[in-house]
Amino acid sequence: MFAWTLRMAWRDSRHSRRRLFLYLSSIIMGVAALVSVRSFGNSLLEAVDEQAKVLLGADLSIRSRTPFDDDDESLLLEIGGNQSRQTSFSSMAYFPDQNGTRLVQVRALEGGFPYYGNLETVPPEAARSFREGPFALVDNTLMLQFQAQVGDPVKLGSYTFRIAGRLSRIPGESVAFSEFAPRIYIPFSFLDETGLIQVGSRVRYTAFIQFEPGYDTENLVEEIEPRLKELELSSDTVQERREGFQRELSNLNNFLSLVGFVALILGGIGVASSIHLYVRQRVETIAILRCIGASPLQSLGIYLVQASIMGLTGSLAGTALGLLVQRLIPAVLAGLIPLEVENSISWDAVAEGLLVGLGAALLFAAIPLLPVRRISPLLALRREYESTGKRSWDYLVLAAYMALGAALLVFSLLHAPTWMVGIGFFGALLLVFGSLFAVAKLAMTLIRRHFPSSWRYEWRQGLANLYRPHNQTIVLMLAVGLGTFFIVTLYLTQQSLLREVELVGSEGRPNLVFFDVQTDQRQGIVDLLQAKGLPIIQDVPIVTMRIKSIGGRAVEELKEDPEYGGARWALSREYRCTYRGQLDATETVIAGNFEGSFVEGSVPVSVEEGIAERLNLAIGDQLEFDVQGVPVEALVGSIRTVAWRSFQPNFFIVFPTGILEEAPQFAVLVTRTDSASDSAMIQRDVITGYPNVSAIDLSMVVQTVESILDRLTFVIRFMALFSIVTGLVVLTGAIVSGRYQRMKESVLLRTLGASRTQIRRIFFIEYFFLGALAASTGILLSLVGSWALTRFVFESQFVLEPIVTLGVLLGVVALTIGIGFANSRGILDQPPLAVLRAEE
Amino acid sequence: MILHTEQLGKTFSSGDRELSVLSAISFDVKQGSSVSIVGPSGSGKTTLLGLCAGLDRPTQGRIVLNGQDLGTLSEEGLARLRNQHVGFVFQSFQLIPTLTAIENVMVPGELHGATDIGTRAADFLQKVGLGDRFDHYPTQLSGGEQQRVALARAFINRPLILFADEPTGNLDAETSEKVEELLFDLNRENGTTLVLVTHNLDLAAKTERIISLKAGRIVADSPTHSVLGSPA
Repeated sequence: MFAWTLRMAWRDSRHSRRRLFLYLSSIIMGVAALVSVRSFGNSLLEAVDEQAKVLLGADLSIRSRTPFDDDDESLLLEIGGNQSRQTSFSSMAYFPDQNGTRLVQVRALEGGFPYYGNLETVPPEAARSFREGPFALVDNTLMLQFQAQVGDPVKLGSYTFRIAGRLSRIPGESVAFSEFAPRIYIPFSFLDETGLIQVGSRVRYTAFIQFEPGYDTENLVEEIEPRLKELELSSDTVQERREGFQRELSNLNNFLSLVGFVALILGGIGVASSIHLYVRQRVETIAILRCIGASPLQSLGIYLVQASIMGLTGSLAGTALGLLVQRLIPAVLAGLIPLEVENSISWDAVAEGLLVGLGAALLFAAIPLLPVRRISPLLALRREYESTGKRSWDYLVLAAYMALGAALLVFSLLHAPTWMVGIGFFGALLLVFGSLFAVAKLAMTLIRRHFPSSWRYEWRQGLANLYRPHNQTIVLMLAVGLGTFFIVTLYLTQQSLLREVELVGSEGRPNLVFFDVQTDQRQGIVDLLQAKGLPIIQDVPIVTMRIKSIGGRAVEELKEDPEYGGARWALSREYRCTYRGQLDATETVIAGNFEGSFVEGSVPVSVEEGIAERLNLAIGDQLEFDVQGVPVEALVGSIRTVAWRSFQPNFFIVFPTGILEEAPQFAVLVTRTDSASDSAMIQRDVITGYPNVSAIDLSMVVQTVESILDRLTFVIRFMALFSIVTGLVVLTGAIVSGRYQRMKESVLLRTLGASRTQIRRIFFIEYFFLGALAASTGILLSLVGSWALTRFVFESQFVLEPIVTLGVLLGVVALTIGIGFANSRGILDQPPLAVLRAEE
Repeated sequence: MILHTEQLGKTFSSGDRELSVLSAISFDVKQGSSVSIVGPSGSGKTTLLGLCAGLDRPTQGRIVLNGQDLGTLSEEGLARLRNQHVGFVFQSFQLIPTLTAIENVMVPGELHGATDIGTRAADFLQKVGLGDRFDHYPTQLSGGEQQRVALARAFINRPLILFADEPTGNLDAETSEKVEELLFDLNRENGTTLVLVTHNLDLAAKTERIISLKAGRIVADSPTHSVLGSPA
């Protein structure tokens, strides 16, 4: 009997295959989004697997914040293998030929690192040859910025190197982030010549180790773990690096899948609405079949088979498209991925795409299809068949709704980094779809209830079309509203984030920071700045120290205590503290009182909220600091919040005045220049006189943040594009579905004497209202959404862009009217007879 | 006895109101006989036909078709019964618009799982004079042709009983006559019982018995010749 169902499904679809395919093509984009992201993601994970060693460049790395001492060295000696050393820190680089300076990350390298993968340089041999003399490898971004050439000099501290090559790729590091801190490699043997390592310099010392193939690094790390801890060294193995990468990549992958998933859901809603209309047009056929003996299940089967075949076709098309799109993703993610990715087809992703696509098509189609079982054969005898009594609930339809909800929830949970995020995503989906649905319903009710009966006929007819039988107001609202929501939310969130960064560069704000200023250099630099007429906006002293004990218990003891509620890393880190008499504008005391000066007894310090939590500190807790050998007794006088993203020196711990003034310290000086050239000039002057001092030009930081943010939003926008295209397909599908009805109406109206212009005006008014309602609802939702995102996720100020928002509103309305008219083309030219004879 | 009805009643509810469309209907139909159900519009003729054919369920009473109590059958069971033993002809032809003429005729046989259904359908279409119209879709056929396809479809499974609802209601006089002729010929040839709903008394006169309905009740039930006099 299944053969008959198949045959009937085939025959029944004969005149509507194109239309059916249009319905189901709404899932193509969703499937394509999923397949492309997941297939690429799997290629990426494979690449990580294959190139894991390249990510680290060695089998094991051991890092320290202080130079390796004798104990460290003896451990390293025991570990054995091939070893390389790297000392890295931030400093200013000066390009004498171009007369330019920039903050860079200097890496002084000794030994054969990287053992796996290569420093990619131009010329290629420079990766090795720079180690043999006073040569440097300079990051490509930096070379481009200063238009420097290989062979040019570059000055680091008080030593001038020759550029041996430009660095185009460092294994395990992504290109995009080199914009933040471009790197310069120099030979280790020339490090001292630069004179850059001084008090307060933040230096990282790393040993890279390569073992014989087959050596069990994990086992070694397990063995030496206690000693590493004791010596305050941290380690990284290939395995850890791989796992870390895979975790991050899976998160990215899953996030993008979720964005793509929205396209699939929207497509699903399009499928449900089109199938609903399709089945309505088939009611009589189904009733006839039931009359001549088809069972309820057989008649349902015909349409389920059609939906399955179309769902499968849609999924196959989506999968094929997805695999094509996959080729584009490396370009989309350019610079964000630190690996060479060979884009291969992931059959897992293909299977998932087909399964999810077919599942979505069937689940969404089931809701309008299941009632087919209940179509009475009596309808073949009389159309106006009335049922006897009320229809009971269709439990299968209810079950289909529940299955759909469960499937959406499961997908969200599977692809979210945490179950909380999964539930949040699911909730947000319900909220957005639910709001659009509710507004559509409400609008229909309100228009009907308060119908403007005094308006002109075309307006009344256009409005009435919104709630007439077989209307598609809801699905159009969902398609158009969701698309608008996406576009506006992305735009507003991005703008809010950018605005915050841009504020930094705005008038009157500090934009140039000098740090690592030694005590004996401070006055000289202040004089230099003042001579140029530049204000000293901030002059911040910094003293480095460590915590010795908390509440009378030594840090070592606390670290061993399993009951201790704080974080161990927070106990052992070095703290850079300042002292001053008042709070900064970026700080707010949330507990205790800020005391600006110290008289006697324990020193009242102010602790930042986050670090207080990690150190398990409360107001009044006793603390002992080791200020470079001198013990200082303190107590927690206040706890305060800090706006970390304000581009200025911020501190975990602030001391009052009157205690640290005599401690070894260095300073951060903040000023403002009015132009990029002024900034470059003063940087040059300072660096020439004080080579160890570094400068950050905040307008440069703003540019870098903008460029990174641009790149990230481009990725998200790329994924959101799938939803927007799906919205357009669904919109077109819905308008095409209503085409026949529209045609009949227009013929009827024309028969009754309406002019073409009048009918066109009716269409225009209907699409105008639909577009305006959907777009304004989408925009309202996006205002709430982007406000919540900026406020709660990015903890930033929400910025409204009224002109752009209004532009989107008008654009979407115009697009809706445009698509509506494009698909209504020809309707007005139909001769009445053709319509009366047409079947569908 | 092919059809037996007993105290049939049918009530529709519309909002809070209950509307009785049929009440206390009882009659029997003998195998191979032909019966007309006549009455003015709204008298309940079509509703009664729907109930007898198992398309709907009565509010009261009992229907036995070919020995089977319809009230005891599930929707699936009713569908099987209709497929195997019942044929239909409708006023508005009710061909499936997406199927060709021959496919429309084949469907009941295919549902039945019959073999050589293609040949049989072709034979039937030849018999109704549409040998050259196999692959035409309903929209490509005239009303008379569509009704002839419907006749072929109704007889393809050699039903025991045929229900016809105003079979010529949508046709002009000349075409009506041809279709009527064909209907009675096929009926005779296949020994099928015919239950015909019409308000065309000329057509009713061609059956052996006439049941008259008024306001949902039987007001007369007698052999045709006693109502209209002996056939000429």
